[in-house]
Amino acid sequence: MMKETLSTQNSEHSLIELQGVTKDYGTGSAAMQALRGIDLHIGQSEFVAVMGPSGSGKSTCMNILGCLDTPSKGAYLFEGVDVGKLSRDQRALLRRHYLGFVFQGFNILNRTSALENVELPLVYRGIPVHERRESALRALEAVGLKGWETHTPGELSGGQQQRVAIARAIVTDPKVLLADEPTGNLDSARSREVMEMLGTFNREYGLTIVLVTHDADMAAYAKRIIRFLDGIIDTEEENGKIL
Amino acid sequence: MLKETILLALREIRRNILRSSLTILGIVIGVAAVITMVTLGRGATMKITSDIGKLGTNLLQVRPGQHRHGPGGTQSTGAMFKVEDADAIAREISGLAAVAPMASKTSQVIYGNENWVTSVIGSTRAYLQVRNWQLESGRLFTDGELRGGKDVCIIGATVRKELFGGQNPMGNTIRLQKLSCQVIGLLESKGESSFGTDQDDFVLIPLRTLQRRIAGNIDVTRIYVSAEDGVSTKKVEQDIERLMRERRRIAMGKEDDFYVRDMQELVSTMTGTTRALTGLLGAVAAVSLLVGGIGIMNIMLVSVTERTREIGIRLAIGALEQDVLMQFLVEAVVLSSFGGLIGIILGVAAAAIGAHVLAVPFVFDPGIVAIAFLFSAAVGVIFGYFPARQAGQLDPIEALRHE
Repeated sequence: MMKETLSTQNSEHSLIELQGVTKDYGTGSAAMQALRGIDLHIGQSEFVAVMGPSGSGKSTCMNILGCLDTPSKGAYLFEGVDVGKLSRDQRALLRRHYLGFVFQGFNILNRTSALENVELPLVYRGIPVHERRESALRALEAVGLKGWETHTPGELSGGQQQRVAIARAIVTDPKVLLADEPTGNLDSARSREVMEMLGTFNREYGLTIVLVTHDADMAAYAKRIIRFLDGIIDTEEENGKIL
Repeated sequence: MLKETILLALREIRRNILRSSLTILGIVIGVAAVITMVTLGRGATMKITSDIGKLGTNLLQVRPGQHRHGPGGTQSTGAMFKVEDADAIAREISGLAAVAPMASKTSQVIYGNENWVTSVIGSTRAYLQVRNWQLESGRLFTDGELRGGKDVCIIGATVRKELFGGQNPMGNTIRLQKLSCQVIGLLESKGESSFGTDQDDFVLIPLRTLQRRIAGNIDVTRIYVSAEDGVSTKKVEQDIERLMRERRRIAMGKEDDFYVRDMQELVSTMTGTTRALTGLLGAVAAVSLLVGGIGIMNIMLVSVTERTREIGIRLAIGALEQDVLMQFLVEAVVLSSFGGLIGIILGVAAAAIGAHVLAVPFVFDPGIVAIAFLFSAAVGVIFGYFPARQAGQLDPIEALRHE
């Protein structure tokens, strides 16, 4: 039901479009504006890195892109649908069907096997058991964790845990993968592995990726880099050329 | 989806098995108490009701003295009755099935080397009728034996067991103080009464024999009157009161120096008391169910706080508010239902043991079991809803940041 109303697959629209988005927190003297008018287009199969110092508004922007939060002003159009006008549950359905998340802190369920973690989004989609088991096994294989299916997060290294999280994000075949500092808790070797994996998914399957990172080395894997500063987009560069 | 949610809940409960067990303890105790109380209460009521039958239906007792309730009980200040009083009741009051005057004395009974202290009841053949006794073997007193005050007796099952063991007592002679009398009949056993006394522990001899040979007077200490079926015991009671006042020459306005007790009334009072007691204990048990419910709510709130991050993850990857709410609600209901189930098993077991100990029938009532189970599940829904709703309404961003 939701899926139909949301899937206004229309070439006129960008996959993601922010129009003058602002985000205010608090009121009165404690008021603070995290985003101060963001305009942004992200197209199908793009690999975008969002950079910027702490407090620049990049995390707030990610929350809005991830439909976890809504703009105070302006509009966020996801395939032409104004997310700001959707209810909490409608946004949850949008996440369920079109978005995949990878977090800095992995955020996978403890005491739950890698396989079950990856299956979780499919459970909410109401996919039958055997079908989702198959999909989850394929996703784990794609992130190089074949043979680790029954291990719980406690038995996996940080890099492996993040790969479980990536498998969970791609198992639904999302339109956009939102990665918030995915390498923030990993050493450089594991970080490169993760980034290369994301790069591969982008190139081979055309997966749209939005990556938030501090690290220029990680951002370099993206084709386009957006730098935030004090709640606005400071600079944008594409394939190393500043626009 | 519901099946998955239940499996998930079971896993979560197993992970915190100690905490889960302690959480459901309140429900377990509450349900077990309800089941035990109600089952035993029903058993007691049933026993009392069935005892009415054994006691003799439509039975009234006429006793000398004034009947007082409360401490001190009955005080016998009135003069004893005579056989003529019983004859007058039988003659002048209509609608009676039988009238049995009786007197009794506690005495030692001896047979060979065996002796036993029991109560010796002197009465007529009507005694067996009004008290609903059946002869197991032998015969009743003849008119001649009753009129002549002959030395014959009919013995209860307990007396028989104590004096004769496995032997056949028929035709043997037992000694009651100075009286030697021949056993002519055996009574069928009735067992214990609802008051816990042994109903089979007595020897029945003709009234005149008791008066002359044992008591040494012509008193009748009690008159049993049984009304015919369909005759109101209330009316019979009033008729007897009027007749006895007349015979005992009690002036208008003076209190009776005797009283009539309706056994039916006594029994209904007793069942009423049992019911009230059952209700009271049931209410106490229900309170413990309530307390159990609060325990579940408490633990579910703790659980929601502990699992905030998990909730955040679930919400982020597309769980709806109701999905999360259901997850926690189902967990609470599964917990409380488990408690209910264990409580039912314990309660039925306790009731079975209790019924055995208290010598009341064990009345298994599937209805009360079903109600107890549904009630415990309902406790889960009611007390689980608030924490579950809290979980569902968490802000995913905040929840994901939670440590």
